[in-house]
Amino acid sequence: MVTDIRDIPVAAAPPPEAAGYKKPKHAPSSLFDPPIVKRAILEAFRKLDPRHVARNPVMFVVEVGGIVTSFLLVRDLFVGAHAVLFNFQITVWLWFTVLFANFAEAMAEGRGKAQADALRRSKTETTARRILADGTDRTAEERVKATDLRKGDLVVCEAGDVIPGDGDVIEGIASVDESAITGESAPVIRETGDRSAVTGGTRVLSDRIVVRITSNPGEAFIDRMIALVEGARRQKTPNEIALTILLAGTTIIFLLAVATLVPFAAYSARAAGAGSPPTVFLLSALLVCLIPTTIGGLLSAIGIAGMDRVMQHNVLAMSGKAVEAAGDVNTLLLDKTGTITLGNRQAVEFIPLPGVAIGELASAAQLSSLADETPEGRSIVVLAKEKYGLRGRELSGHDTEFIPFTAQTRMSGVDLNGTRIRKGAGDAVKRYLVEAGGSVPGQLDQIVTGIARAGGTPLVVAVNDRALGVIHLKDIVKGGMRQRFDRLRAMGIKTVMITGDNPLTAASIAQEAGVDDFLAEATPEAKMALIRKEQKGGKLVAMTGDGTNDAPALAQADVGVAMNTGTQAAKEAGNMVDLDSNPTKLIEVVEIGKQLLMTRGSLTTFSIANDISKYFCIIPAMFAVIYPMLGAINFLRYGPGGALSTPESAVLAAVIFNALIIIALIPLALRGVRYKPMGASAVLRRNLLIYGVGGVLVPFPAIWIIDRLLVLLRLA
Amino acid sequence: MTANGILQLALFLVLVLLLTKPMGAYMAAVFEGRRTWLSPALRPVERFLYRIFGVQEDEDMRWTTYTFAMLMFSVVGGLASYALLRLQGVLPFNPQHFTGREMTADLAFNTAMSFTTNTNWQNYVPEAVVSTFSNMVALASHNWMSAATGIAIAIALIRGFSRHSVDGLGNFWVDVTRATLYVLLPLTTVMALVLVSQGVPQNFAPYAQATTLEGAKQVIAQGPVASQEAIKMLGTNGGGFFNANSAHPFENPTPFTNLLEMLAIFLIPAGLTHTFGKMVGNTRQGWAILAAMTFMFVGGLGVCTWAEAGGNPNVAKLGVMTTATPGQPGGNMEGKETRFGIANSALFATITTAASCGAVNSMHDSFTALGGLVPLLNLMCDETIFGGVGAGLYGILMYAVIAVFIAGLMVGRTPEYLGKKIEKYEVRMAILAVLILFANVVLWTGLGANLELSPGKDARTFADAAGGEEAAFVKAHPTAFWNHYNNSSPSTYYGATYNNVNNSGAHGFTEILYQYASQTGNNGSAFAGFTGNTPYYNLTGGLAMLIGRFLMIVPLLAMAGSLARKRVVPASAGTLATDTAIFAVLLAGVVLIVGALEYFPALALGPIVEHLQMIGGSLF
Repeated sequence: MVTDIRDIPVAAAPPPEAAGYKKPKHAPSSLFDPPIVKRAILEAFRKLDPRHVARNPVMFVVEVGGIVTSFLLVRDLFVGAHAVLFNFQITVWLWFTVLFANFAEAMAEGRGKAQADALRRSKTETTARRILADGTDRTAEERVKATDLRKGDLVVCEAGDVIPGDGDVIEGIASVDESAITGESAPVIRETGDRSAVTGGTRVLSDRIVVRITSNPGEAFIDRMIALVEGARRQKTPNEIALTILLAGTTIIFLLAVATLVPFAAYSARAAGAGSPPTVFLLSALLVCLIPTTIGGLLSAIGIAGMDRVMQHNVLAMSGKAVEAAGDVNTLLLDKTGTITLGNRQAVEFIPLPGVAIGELASAAQLSSLADETPEGRSIVVLAKEKYGLRGRELSGHDTEFIPFTAQTRMSGVDLNGTRIRKGAGDAVKRYLVEAGGSVPGQLDQIVTGIARAGGTPLVVAVNDRALGVIHLKDIVKGGMRQRFDRLRAMGIKTVMITGDNPLTAASIAQEAGVDDFLAEATPEAKMALIRKEQKGGKLVAMTGDGTNDAPALAQADVGVAMNTGTQAAKEAGNMVDLDSNPTKLIEVVEIGKQLLMTRGSLTTFSIANDISKYFCIIPAMFAVIYPMLGAINFLRYGPGGALSTPESAVLAAVIFNALIIIALIPLALRGVRYKPMGASAVLRRNLLIYGVGGVLVPFPAIWIIDRLLVLLRLA
Repeated sequence: MTANGILQLALFLVLVLLLTKPMGAYMAAVFEGRRTWLSPALRPVERFLYRIFGVQEDEDMRWTTYTFAMLMFSVVGGLASYALLRLQGVLPFNPQHFTGREMTADLAFNTAMSFTTNTNWQNYVPEAVVSTFSNMVALASHNWMSAATGIAIAIALIRGFSRHSVDGLGNFWVDVTRATLYVLLPLTTVMALVLVSQGVPQNFAPYAQATTLEGAKQVIAQGPVASQEAIKMLGTNGGGFFNANSAHPFENPTPFTNLLEMLAIFLIPAGLTHTFGKMVGNTRQGWAILAAMTFMFVGGLGVCTWAEAGGNPNVAKLGVMTTATPGQPGGNMEGKETRFGIANSALFATITTAASCGAVNSMHDSFTALGGLVPLLNLMCDETIFGGVGAGLYGILMYAVIAVFIAGLMVGRTPEYLGKKIEKYEVRMAILAVLILFANVVLWTGLGANLELSPGKDARTFADAAGGEEAAFVKAHPTAFWNHYNNSSPSTYYGATYNNVNNSGAHGFTEILYQYASQTGNNGSAFAGFTGNTPYYNLTGGLAMLIGRFLMIVPLLAMAGSLARKRVVPASAGTLATDTAIFAVLLAGVVLIVGALEYFPALALGPIVEHLQMIGGSLF
């Protein structure tokens, strides 16, 4: 049994640089994990169900093409027709195109599914110790199944117990192992107040808590989590819907272009006196090559993978919409404490009054802080030790009395053999000195305001009735924050620091950290007003929060990330929960949101740009009999072996390229396009060059090579 | 291509770019209701018009009301024109003494729809069919109304972007009145006077009878040409007073008028890009649009001029000199006025098809395959390259929405254009408009290229109306009626709709394709030689023009309504900048890839294969 649970290291927020792309905790490490691939292959076939494919207009058209050509192929086999090998290959590749798209989606879902399985295993049958209904006597318990618990029930959990459901701690304090949910093995503290939320399925390691259950069976956090990671409740996001409309529109356009080719060809055949309109196999091949199958096949995989990447950062997004909104965020509200600065102020300097030796001040400051267990107190001891070689002294005996900090005196200190050593806020110590009959040196105020103006907190040290000097406590800005804010600025995102400090202190820290703006002396109302103001100006606001009083603001913000350590109310209000409770992670979520949209846009561009090359090989091949001179624009006719290229090989090569490019781009769809924080114009130029110009050029050599291979293998 | 030719092309471009800013700024002032230097004279007239027509000047219309007003204005105008054309025999100002039978029901429908939709496709020989009264009242009136309507719609769409959190897009009646009064009226007045000074007739006289030196009798048509010529160009209408259109010396007598007419076509469409920039509060936005247009225009112009200057290699093989010398233009001069030569014909053709004008000073049908491909491709870009008055701007904004959507995603944000989020509704409306235009071209073309309306694939011409042979044929084959040539007795029965082409093979296909592309784009220029004056082509053409105009406008106005209601998202470093060169290039790319690439199969079977056949030595 641990004596004081506060000694247990709390799952500390990782240092900012580590908060970036760290190894995922739940997900399998490799992109192509063998079991996932195996499952995805099976899923790809199961997803051939037209009801499933119908959700995706582009692939639905391909599948209909596959069904029609299959039917005709079977008919041809009976009737006895020519070009069976060619028609068979076209049909097979049409089906492969659909299968590859299904495979991409199944791969994206695979990681989530594996994770959901792991979560399900941790959701074992538990019994709960429910406090009897009247609630007056909190020791009278009954044992019930966890599944029988209802909202509002009170349960007792002691060391070793699995917490039976989501709830808030209303009594006691305990260390809890939340690794089942967060994947983090270090235990966390749960107590009443702002760290009250506990999650069903986690285990109490020490002490006893009373929990008020906040969810009914089946609606618990873990259930929602399973549903989310599995993608069972996945709905298309607004941008995805808009893109689907664009893709459906272009699909109809190309459907028309291919369908009207029949009458056009009929005219041409009549005019040329040779040939006949292209077969359904050729038309299907052309259609599938023209409609945006690349993006159509990868679209849902991109969305699922985006959600999954957020999950790998141990952030649980309640909807894809929230992730997408994160990419659109204009304003980021960040709490100063814990996000921008290390949680605590630290002593950085002793400033003695004239006539006082600095050693004397340091010594007095250290003595006054020996019993002060606050991080600030400890930092004073450490500073005195490091700078002036003063070792912490063991103070014991009857003549030593520690004076704790109270809200009334706003001082703390020690009485040592009749010597009274005090440290505290400037005005409090001044009052104390005057009462003790001492005097307040003029320079003291100067030093105190000087520190305050610089954003620090001054603590005046006095011995008996004499002031010695001032300790400079300072907020320490976390390493690397300035660079991160610069990155955000490059992306066009404004950062606003929220703090309870006075405007002077806030301004100084804001400047040091490099945020764009700050809200000082912030109250929950002021925070809310700020969000509303920004939103009224058309901006999207993201924030993190943990306390119950953050809940309204979390709900109001477009992206609200609740800390897992926070209250249940905060977790309910936000649209994401950070399981690591690391507030800086919001920045990563924003980047993932942007990357998600970029991947969609880039692959759409690539997909449409691909069409140019396909026209130049299929159209001449299609009209090889009617207008043989069109072969002049067929790029496959050029280069070594050009004479061997046949109309069949040309069409097949284009169809095969069109199918294989889906497989080739799965890693890109799952990982997302490479993301660098930079301005929109630079991003556009880069992606347009890679995916636009690249999309025009890449298919030419690729189709050319496939064409030669087909000829070599005598497949066409 | 001669240096002189290049110089002329460059001069034209420079003049357009110089005129854009003053023209655009003036129109912005007009449509924002600010005072202009013409206000002292025109404002009382404007107010008087509102009073007699009961227009509430400050009434702000929702997009549905705006659309309804626009449609009513066009429908009433179109029906009136139809009635006037049919009744021209009994109406005044008929110095030609037309009986009214010249305007058959289907031809009158086609013509009325053609002028209502700003297309000015003419399936008839004007001087042989249309009386002076019809010309001025039934047709020229639409040159004003359809132009003003186009401008009004462009302005309404601009307001969709420039306004926020409101329902209203402005007042259609006010916009139409201002477009007419402040923009079209002063410009046409000046231009008509300049044209008269150059020798363009403006009278109500009957056709002159002349005896030529050989002693032959010649009828010289004339009438109020200058006034109609001015609005025909400035309103990008293109319907000629004469059949030869701007190749006719009375319509386009001098090199100066030729330049003036070309400038007049681009004046308002180019100016509107600047109006757009002004009204959305960032003139660079307008310049980016203009840059995309200019980029596509110069590309097309280059190809067209190069192809025409190069001429036909098969002609050169016969020993005919086709290179330019100081004494002769070289290249392909078939169907071109020697007065204008290669450069000014290619330039005019590119301009008139880029802007949806349709006036011609040469016969596009006689261009080389690639030279003719450019006007066709211009039409297929849905009139976004400067385009018709108003139509060009709203056309390119339709593509801008699609470009912004794709590019916006690529920079990692929900796409925004001018601070307005481009969401599913906008995407749906923009792609719907593109789809309608495309379907309208390819479906009609597919049908026209194959429909057989009477037995036998060959056209049949009857020698003598009195013989009763024709009547018997029609009785036996009632469907043959639908594709017989109007205005002649005895008549030709074409049978299949693909027999109406002037040339066989791929070139004939291009003629059909060009017709529907021209009508859908409300352009009105033709691959002449094609016989369009049959009931079938009059009716389908009339429908194609209606669809191409109004089924494009309605989705765009719906989009404007949705945009106006949106809040403005402030721009940041993360926002896609749409006032840059890279956006202009992207926009041009989207027009070409999304808008024109879908026509590749059709083009391959038309001008592309024709070009390859020409290289191979076969001609039509």
